[in-house]
Amino acid sequence: MTARYVIRFGALAYLALVLVGPVGYVFYKAFEHGIGPAWDAVTTPAALHALWLTLEIAAIAVPANTIFGVVAAIAIVRYRFPGAGLVNALVDLPLALSPVVVGLSLLLLYGTGGWLAGHGILFAVPAMVLATMFVSLPFVVREVVPVLREVGTEQEQAASTLGASGMQTFRRVTWPAIRWATAFGIVLTTARALGEFGAVSVVSGRLVGQTETLTLHVQERYESFDTTGAYAAAVVLALIALATLILMNLLKPKEETR
Amino acid sequence: MLLPLAALAWAARGGNFWEAVTTDQSIAALKLTLVVSLLVALVNAVAGTAIAWTLVRDRFVGQGFVNSLIDLPFALPTIVAGLTLLALYGPRSPVGVDVAFKRAGVVVALLFVTLPFVVRTVQPVLLELDREVEEAAASLGAGPLATFRRVVLPGILPAVLSGVALAFARAIGEFGAVVLISGNLPFKTEVASVYVFGRIESGDEQGAAAASIVILGISLLVLLGIGGLRRWVTRYDR
Repeated sequence: MTARYVIRFGALAYLALVLVGPVGYVFYKAFEHGIGPAWDAVTTPAALHALWLTLEIAAIAVPANTIFGVVAAIAIVRYRFPGAGLVNALVDLPLALSPVVVGLSLLLLYGTGGWLAGHGILFAVPAMVLATMFVSLPFVVREVVPVLREVGTEQEQAASTLGASGMQTFRRVTWPAIRWATAFGIVLTTARALGEFGAVSVVSGRLVGQTETLTLHVQERYESFDTTGAYAAAVVLALIALATLILMNLLKPKEETR
Repeated sequence: MLLPLAALAWAARGGNFWEAVTTDQSIAALKLTLVVSLLVALVNAVAGTAIAWTLVRDRFVGQGFVNSLIDLPFALPTIVAGLTLLALYGPRSPVGVDVAFKRAGVVVALLFVTLPFVVRTVQPVLLELDREVEEAAASLGAGPLATFRRVVLPGILPAVLSGVALAFARAIGEFGAVVLISGNLPFKTEVASVYVFGRIESGDEQGAAAASIVILGISLLVLLGIGGLRRWVTRYDR
């Protein structure tokens, strides 16, 4: 059984080289000179503002996409309407589309000469929220749709024959079935919203202390040769990513054993 | 969602579209993107399948931990991915490997962000696969390689292909991970997304929109391809 070991060590070595090594090394570099400099770097006014702005954008984009996601999933699975197939395909598009292209299309729509020009949307928070919503749109839908398909309509029909209103049926029957899938989708949406770079980079104008999110801050620090600042901010984002992974692992078994 | 995309198509319209797409710099960027993405997709086909096999069929200490690490590139912001690679494999590399501002750097960055796709599509299929058939093949005298090629591979091939297609689509559009490590040298390391970004920065919205339409077209084709693949695989189930 030497083949087994060859594959095992090949696979693990690949993971170490591509994934674990680089991420681990950035943690090491960020704390190379102790906690102090790293802490100072993430508590500068610009870094703190970037962190708050990132959270603020996520706080708008995530609930919006959650509500949209659940409604869209129910619409796709439970109702027949013209263009359902198209909606289904379009929902996946942000997963395959370059974020820069997303940013550019928003830029063209709201920029000078665009159809919806003016209103102070571009190079400000509204455009950044829109860009974030665009790229994190598919996650809740994609998690909820397969669960809705699997649970079927029998219980919902039973509820309505017993006299439950549409709202009651949703609250008592549909929602308990999809809540873990929704939670899983929210975790993915949040991770994507906090980490979005390309689309936000195009529409934000990247004004330090104004429209700079944490990911943009990482790039700006790096390009200003402040590697400590860049590594420290990157570690904050990496910690958020690790928290996401832990949440994903906590939510997954519940989804499977339900 | 549709309005911004319509605005994009509108901006790219007109007789200048072809000229904007076929400038030397645009063609070089698109070509590089396609070649590099294909290469990355192929590496993923092999590495991803091997990792999935290790996670499903092998047993070793720390397997659960490795399994949860696979999703890290999904959770990690792309700019952070680029920064981490630049730190370890950049000009101040502690291991003496410098791929910054080289095409190899672009490949490494794309390998990082596309790592989960093949693993996560192959893993569940490999779990479902009937081991008895493999044991039967082995008892009939098939070597491990023959068993893999004749029994395992046909079962997981659709999953490998759809994982590869997802990885390819992701590689075509990747921006954040590439932007720092590639150095964005036109004709050398500039990929399509970075080229579009450069066009936007220099105020050439039509050029940016034209190249974007090409990227958008490729993304749509890949998505349609995956959909078609799924229908083809489940054609006997209905």
